[in-house]
Amino acid sequence: MIAADLLVAQNVGFGIISLLMIVAALRVVTVKNVVHAALWLVIVLSGAAAQYLLLSAEFVAITQILVYVGAVMVLFLFGTMLTRARIGAESDLNNKNWALGIPVALLMLGVMSYVIIDGFGSERLIENPGDMTQVPVQVISDDIFGPYLLPFWALSFVLLVAVIGAIVLARKD
Amino acid sequence: MNALLAADLPYWVQSLLRVLGGLVAVLLPAGTIVYLFLFKMMSFMQSRLGPMEAGPYGSMQLFAEVGKWLQKEDITPARADRTIFKIAPLVVLASTFLLVAVVPFGPDAWFTNFEAGVFYMLAVSSVSVLGILIAGWSSANKYSLLGGLRAAGQLIAYELPMVLAVIGVIIQAGTMNLQGIVVAQNGGEIFGWNGLGNPYILTQFTGFIIFMIAVQAELTQTPFDMPIAESELVSGYMTEYSGFRFLTFFIAEFATAGVFSLIASVLFLGGWGVPFAWFDWKSIDDISDWMNVVGPLIMFTKMMVLAFIIMWVRFSYPRFREDQLQRFAWKVLIPISLVNIMITAILKVAF
Repeated sequence: MIAADLLVAQNVGFGIISLLMIVAALRVVTVKNVVHAALWLVIVLSGAAAQYLLLSAEFVAITQILVYVGAVMVLFLFGTMLTRARIGAESDLNNKNWALGIPVALLMLGVMSYVIIDGFGSERLIENPGDMTQVPVQVISDDIFGPYLLPFWALSFVLLVAVIGAIVLARKD
Repeated sequence: MNALLAADLPYWVQSLLRVLGGLVAVLLPAGTIVYLFLFKMMSFMQSRLGPMEAGPYGSMQLFAEVGKWLQKEDITPARADRTIFKIAPLVVLASTFLLVAVVPFGPDAWFTNFEAGVFYMLAVSSVSVLGILIAGWSSANKYSLLGGLRAAGQLIAYELPMVLAVIGVIIQAGTMNLQGIVVAQNGGEIFGWNGLGNPYILTQFTGFIIFMIAVQAELTQTPFDMPIAESELVSGYMTEYSGFRFLTFFIAEFATAGVFSLIASVLFLGGWGVPFAWFDWKSIDDISDWMNVVGPLIMFTKMMVLAFIIMWVRFSYPRFREDQLQRFAWKVLIPISLVNIMITAILKVAF
């Protein structure tokens, strides 16, 4: 990245949001209260949505908010509050094997970086930031229901199986 | 108003104007709904006069109420989670402000013109659940926690029919852009007759009814007010809030009622537009500039009608039971809206 590109508003925004996300991500694993950890996670996930917006991937950003903030985290908080969510610090939150998480996280980072660099290389999303345009939703749907119809059906089927499985597990009779 | 001003105003002035416009668009409907419907209409329906002392016909009562709340002590329960307790009402109010950002008020009078505006609206409205949940939890009160959990269960259950009811409109308009939906309705025609445009309340009546029921539930207004059921839970997740923070919840509740009415009027009643055939407008570029002034007034009128219906239902029906609420959402509303989507899709392809 050459110096002239560095102070584009998008890059400044990217820097601030990434910093916020990193701090929040660290707080998720260090904080001493389950609900607080979940709320820090909300900040991380909303930060990801903001990053998508900066990439002008508007539809993905909104999906991120709808699915993760609006549904997954609400369900998660709902579950913890129904079962165990005391106010104040808890001492027994750390798993004994927490150190194992570090190599796993590093491995994930390596694999993801490799895939992204291998997949895109020096390719730029857009050559000129002035040409930033939103991808129409129609294009996305044409892709999903065109060349990717079969994977989409497979995913829907997996979700259906998961829903039926949950019902079977939850029913007593 | 923004595209109109874009040529000669710097970015920060535009942003400032948008913030001010957003404040007006959120607080004005909230104030009007509270005074006209909550204070006066409810009183008349119950054969009493309502507030009469502050100003002519009690019209200054709103300021008296706000003043009362502002000077009350801001109490935080001793064992509450202080930070989260204080953030929670703001999260709920922020969701309302984010919601109004996509509502178009005229051909150029919009805050943002999202390509996927309807989708954004549905996503952002679900953020308020988060605020309600943590408000209930952080109060360190069993009744509050129960209220918060009830609210979360209810809001999750009724978000689905809302999404599904809107899909019928999206199929018919062929766009998720709210501005595009307005244009599609006012530029449309009913079997070749274009004197009325084609407001989707005619073709999507089922969707409209489901949407309004879901809005009623999302707002936790009376047939669906288990989360704040005063006879069982005192006031649910709001029990421990006092003074300014209670005021924030109160404003958020009625401002959201206003904003959802605005969105419903955009989706089903033709939004800010008048039928384009009246003035021989062919597309959005032909529309005269005066619509930017008349548009918001038309929107406000439609909003008042829909808010009136919401409040009317609120004052008329007793509360559902918790299991009836869930059964109604999952076994009645969702199947009907799925059938509605199917029929709309078939008719869209057929015509």
